[in-house]
Amino acid sequence: MLEGLLIGLQTALSLQNLLMVIAGCLIGTFIGMLPGLGPMSIIAIMIPVAISMGDPSAALILLAGVYYGAIFGGSTSSILLNAPGVAGTVASSFDGYPMARKGQAGKALTIAAIASFAGGTIGAILLMIFAPALSSVALLFHSAEYFALMVVGLSAIAAFAGSGQVAKAMLMTILGLIMATVGEGALFNMPRFTMGIMDLQSGFGFITLAMAMFALPEALFLVLKKKEMSGDGGQISELRISAKEAKAIAPVIGRQSLQGFFIGVLPGAGATIASFLGYAVERNIAPKDEQDEFGKGSIKGLAAPETANNAACTGSFVPLLTLGIPGSGTTAILLGALIALNVTPGPRLMIDQPQVFWAVIMSMFIGNLVLLVLNLPLIPYIAKVLAIPRNYLIPFILFFTLMGAYIGQNNATELLILVGFGVCATALKFADYPLAPLLIGFILGGMMEDNFARSMQLYDGIGFIFERPMTLALLVVAVILVALPTYRARRARARAEGVADGD
Amino acid sequence: MALDRWIAFVILCVSLAYGYAAFFTMDGLLAPFMQRNPIWPSTFPKVLSVLAILASLVILLGLEKTPETDAEPDIDYRRLGEYHLVQALLLLALMVAYALLLRPAGFLLSTVGFLTIGAMVLGERKLHILLPVSIIATGVVWYLVEQVLGIFLRPLPFFFV
Repeated sequence: MLEGLLIGLQTALSLQNLLMVIAGCLIGTFIGMLPGLGPMSIIAIMIPVAISMGDPSAALILLAGVYYGAIFGGSTSSILLNAPGVAGTVASSFDGYPMARKGQAGKALTIAAIASFAGGTIGAILLMIFAPALSSVALLFHSAEYFALMVVGLSAIAAFAGSGQVAKAMLMTILGLIMATVGEGALFNMPRFTMGIMDLQSGFGFITLAMAMFALPEALFLVLKKKEMSGDGGQISELRISAKEAKAIAPVIGRQSLQGFFIGVLPGAGATIASFLGYAVERNIAPKDEQDEFGKGSIKGLAAPETANNAACTGSFVPLLTLGIPGSGTTAILLGALIALNVTPGPRLMIDQPQVFWAVIMSMFIGNLVLLVLNLPLIPYIAKVLAIPRNYLIPFILFFTLMGAYIGQNNATELLILVGFGVCATALKFADYPLAPLLIGFILGGMMEDNFARSMQLYDGIGFIFERPMTLALLVVAVILVALPTYRARRARARAEGVADGD
Repeated sequence: MALDRWIAFVILCVSLAYGYAAFFTMDGLLAPFMQRNPIWPSTFPKVLSVLAILASLVILLGLEKTPETDAEPDIDYRRLGEYHLVQALLLLALMVAYALLLRPAGFLLSTVGFLTIGAMVLGERKLHILLPVSIIATGVVWYLVEQVLGIFLRPLPFFFV
């Protein structure tokens, strides 16, 4: 491990990579602060830049920095404006905004920054411990287990993501898998479902799809509904917190770092669930007199979701780096970027390209430090970005989306596909269909089919499911994951209608 | 019928077409030696089409009740006309125009046009600020893409180059 740490430090501390962390954090904070733009759109917009740098460590470091920055920036706008830029920071506005209203905006920002720093750093330490252990287990996996594992991941995402409507999330996942079959597969070298259109020969572009799923609908929503952006970024003072307050939030930070990290590791859960759960748990275990403070500007209520969402962001890197299976939309985009850079994340990553793995972990520490020491003092100035008129902002967002899709493929047809899919994605968003499962399905689709085909060929048929107990067990878990929420919802409804329980 | 069920209906139609292609048209093209393979190019799509049809039917027939929420949706599509729909549609049209004009009209001209017209669609009228901003931004992006990332973008209209 020590050797790995040193390799990571050596890579991460190069001048170029240090600049990447700083730039990523600043860009992320900048855009994450704008209400309505989530980390996924920002990362999608940054991917063409990252890919054309050509160095996988630098690219991943930049994108991870953007991710952290976006979460940090999102909490800033939830505290100052009560307008969360990111779903993962909605819970921060419960107590952060009342604090800002009471004139304690500076203190709230400091607590948020310290909590994020602690959550991210403890998360990175946990990642350092758990990822190698998990990847040594994952090395025993066979393509049959990989296939089963991806099925489990996808069904977990379908079961936990979205607004509790399993069928919709399932349908989106399957749709993503279907879209992944368009074009020439590596295994058969036969164009499938291209309808004779040459531009579809190599399949849909992953960047185009990511932009169309996240950046475009969010921008269109900003056009359709004018968000209130009337904050005064000038009145942020008193950034210090007292020793008593620090002592009060320390145990909260400790608990929520652990809890957030493990929630983040689960596929489909991620920062949003971690922050809401962290808030709820801390409110329930707080003493009675402090419990009443929650929602009125409690420092514990602010520290809990902030710690949890940053720890969960770090946790979501575990399945990505050890199994090569993304658990959230953001890590799915990172996976796509890595594949484009010819790096296949998975258990072999630590053996084949240790510098990538360890550099990312080291850059997490550096990134958290940058956010604390560089961004926090700059926040009063960065908050001025909230004053950029949306008339200027929105055309630029749309332009960067178009540019990203064009640079990726160098093909103007791609832009038309982008607009088409963007309109479809907006319609899906209107109807409350979750979009992240679609993208995750699309990215995993090719890998899943390859592994499936390989195990079919090795076992000459579907028999591999029964001959490998672990595969069977994983597939059973996948079925349970999808069936259980449906069954529970059904039973809850039956009970609500006065039907007696069977047991 | 609510929008989510209409969408499920559309997806059902798409997956029926997809399933038809997978089950009936793809295998005919398969070379004889490949037919001995336990897995065909159409195997995975067949499975997917069945699953997609089942999932969309579940939504279309309303087998899974949508949970009752009081939460105001971010945008209520039933009252779409009350939002800035025209602006959104104009911007989409502008994006299509940009896609079609990017090659023939060159990067610089089409981008300046896109940024300027886009802002004007949203209600910006201060042209003396808007034009310089978009020209400078276009120049900077063009420099970054062309010189730093090394990707060729034709800067000027086709009759100049």
